[in-house]
Amino acid sequence: MALLHNLGTLLVLAGIGFFFAGTVGLLRFPDVYTRLHALSKADNLGLGLVCAGLALQAESLALGLKFVLIWVLVLLAGATATSLIARTALARGVRPWGV
Amino acid sequence: MSGIYAGAVVFLLVNIVVGLLRVLRGPTAADRMLAADLFATAAVAIMLLLSVVAAEPALVDVALVFALVSVLAAVTFVSRLWSEQEREKERDDGPAA
Repeated sequence: MALLHNLGTLLVLAGIGFFFAGTVGLLRFPDVYTRLHALSKADNLGLGLVCAGLALQAESLALGLKFVLIWVLVLLAGATATSLIARTALARGVRPWGV
Repeated sequence: MSGIYAGAVVFLLVNIVVGLLRVLRGPTAADRMLAADLFATAAVAIMLLLSVVAAEPALVDVALVFALVSVLAAVTFVSRLWSEQEREKERDDGPAA
């Protein structure tokens, strides 16, 4: 039990690290498309690790499954939103960096 | 235990504040929307962590709703941009034949 608890905490901390990476990418990359790429992947992985860590520590199966469900929803939302944003940016004539 | 998670919540809030720099600098509307996307994901993580720290199971449902609302925000943003762009096109080219 204690092992699961510590593993969950480790997963949460790893997820926080990915969030940090996503923020750095959002600030440092040169154009919309590279920022999109950095942010969506790093952040959704970070949230997934946080959800997995909390699900390992959840007291009931229902609560653990709810954490996983939230992650799946955010994944679907993120995929929809980011591809829409990229398509709109292309349609409006935003040039990819270095092209 | 929950002390670590409280620290994680503060760190995520700092992430959001730093992300506001991108909203300030732009340069395009899409960049600002991306920053809003970061806020949504970070806010969901914050609420999940807080539900454990504060022992408030209801916050998990709040996070669920927040995840759903963030999609609506992105779709609204995109559809508004597109319709504006089409209106501009019609103004420039005249009505489509």
